[in-house]
Amino acid sequence: MATNTEAGAASLEQSKYRDETFITPKRRAGGLLSKEWFLFLLFILPNFFFLVMFTYWPLWKNLKLSFMKTDLLSFSGGQEFVGFENYQWLFGNGTFRYVVQNTVVFIVSCVVLTLGLGLLVALLLNERLRGRNGVRTLVFAPYLLSGAAIGIVWAYIFDPRFGLLAQILSWFGIGSPHWLDRPEWAMPAIIIVYVWKNLGFATVIFLAGLQGIPKDLYDAAKVDGAGAWWRFRSVTLPMLSPISFFLMVTSVLATFQAFDIQQVMTNGGPAHATTTLVYYVYEQAFEAANYERAAAAAVILFIAMLIVTAVQMYFSERKVNYDA
Amino acid sequence: MPEISAHQRQVAGRALGYVALVLVTLVIGLPLFWMLSSSLKDLREINTFPPQWLPRSPKWSNYEDAWTSVPFARFYLNSIIITVFGASAQLFCGVLCAYAFAFLRFPYKNWLFLGVLGALMVPPEVVIVPNFLFFGNTVRDWFGLEESWVNTYQAMILPGAATAFGTFLMRQGFMQLPKDVLDAAKVDGAGHLRTMFGVVLPMAKPIVVTFAMISMVNKWNDYLWPLVITRTNEMRPITVGVRFLFDAEGNNNWGVIMAGTTFVILPLLVIYAFGQRFIIAGLTAGATKG
Repeated sequence: MATNTEAGAASLEQSKYRDETFITPKRRAGGLLSKEWFLFLLFILPNFFFLVMFTYWPLWKNLKLSFMKTDLLSFSGGQEFVGFENYQWLFGNGTFRYVVQNTVVFIVSCVVLTLGLGLLVALLLNERLRGRNGVRTLVFAPYLLSGAAIGIVWAYIFDPRFGLLAQILSWFGIGSPHWLDRPEWAMPAIIIVYVWKNLGFATVIFLAGLQGIPKDLYDAAKVDGAGAWWRFRSVTLPMLSPISFFLMVTSVLATFQAFDIQQVMTNGGPAHATTTLVYYVYEQAFEAANYERAAAAAVILFIAMLIVTAVQMYFSERKVNYDA
Repeated sequence: MPEISAHQRQVAGRALGYVALVLVTLVIGLPLFWMLSSSLKDLREINTFPPQWLPRSPKWSNYEDAWTSVPFARFYLNSIIITVFGASAQLFCGVLCAYAFAFLRFPYKNWLFLGVLGALMVPPEVVIVPNFLFFGNTVRDWFGLEESWVNTYQAMILPGAATAFGTFLMRQGFMQLPKDVLDAAKVDGAGHLRTMFGVVLPMAKPIVVTFAMISMVNKWNDYLWPLVITRTNEMRPITVGVRFLFDAEGNNNWGVIMAGTTFVILPLLVIYAFGQRFIIAGLTAGATKG
């Protein structure tokens, strides 16, 4: 086989058939400098450069920073190691504990509502109804739209005097609350917007899952005399459980990162009522210029997300097989 | 007569289905309709209760006002620059890296691939502080600059130049290509660059287009990083800019503000109209495969 002249083409074959040893010659010639290895490194270089530069290295710098404190007395802005002082400050701080509580409330509400409603809409769109493709297109659209723009539109909809929601509530004889000005109403308002925006993603994923369920399972259940509800319980739900799990984990991770809607609609307020962990990192770093505390909060955010991912890895069967 | 009752139940079920379909359409569609209709209302129509569903005569000047009361043309230009260069960089990095992991041999390749996937677990929000300090301080020392890179295009674009998601998605797509066509390219004696541009990319076009679109949408919508790394209106992208329009107009001139949000959303709707199937397919790929 041609191994020297057109290393590229030959290696293409080798990578495809590398388990068939009669085709792949054991060649160590050239070592690291072999053309194919060199090409591999060249091709992955740009991506790895930026990943290391702006993801992995900053992750390390962030961790270091979270154990530091800027020494304001030294003019050069020198830093000293202070151990867990920033973390202790955070956990001893009432606002931070409130923020953690907000984050949990926000994530649990958003994920439960998005998945629950998303499943209902997916079941609806899985029926052979006329116009369902158009509705699917519409339902998915908000997922792609800028959260900043959407947040502003909803700030108007929530307007207690002239907003759309005030109008709809008035049909039922309900007065509109001052959604964004009241701590007890701001969080539900943000959750409504977030669920509205992300419902389409859950719907589309559930729909793909529903369409992957073999028809004969339903036929078999019918033969056994199972009614619609029982077919849903005994076929649909179990068959959807892997995809629901995937969706739950990705939704939790995405909701951790929510920022633009809050920033536009409430600025994290009123009185921190809608400040979540990401927002708190932003606030500490870029409004209070407390980079070290922001870094510590970011580490806590990262660990929380890591735990969610680890749980997924542990429970998901599809966890490892990335092998070619 | 069980047959009739079953039939009736079916009809009732379908009717209920259509009612639900209309309800979903209203819940999702009304806010968007509200945005468009209000963007054409004058102040008097805005400040009435019960609100008016449609403006009596469309007030197109709201769009002019939105465009001129803040430098919207400049915001648009900035967003286009960030989107074009940002998405191109991701496409470049992602395609090369995906090709290498799909077709080239290298020792410990799978460990390196974990290095790509690991980046999926580090959202940009977690590293926003050190990245900000990097562009604010470190670059000055590195390159001996007078000015930092805060408020520059490169600072907005570079941190998002790599892509873990795109590498994963496109590698997956490349590996599903039929083997015999790739073998034919080998028989023709094609090198890797020719195989990539002549065979792999044309054949894997759907997945590459999918990623390009997702990347463009993400760059256009990006908010937190541009918000912290820009200082002046001349550098703001449109997502941050519309927020400033919101602040500038106060809490009552909703017609102009809605015109501004329509400006932000319009290009996204165009991309969505053309690439709906690609985008949905790409975003669901991670869930349904494997």
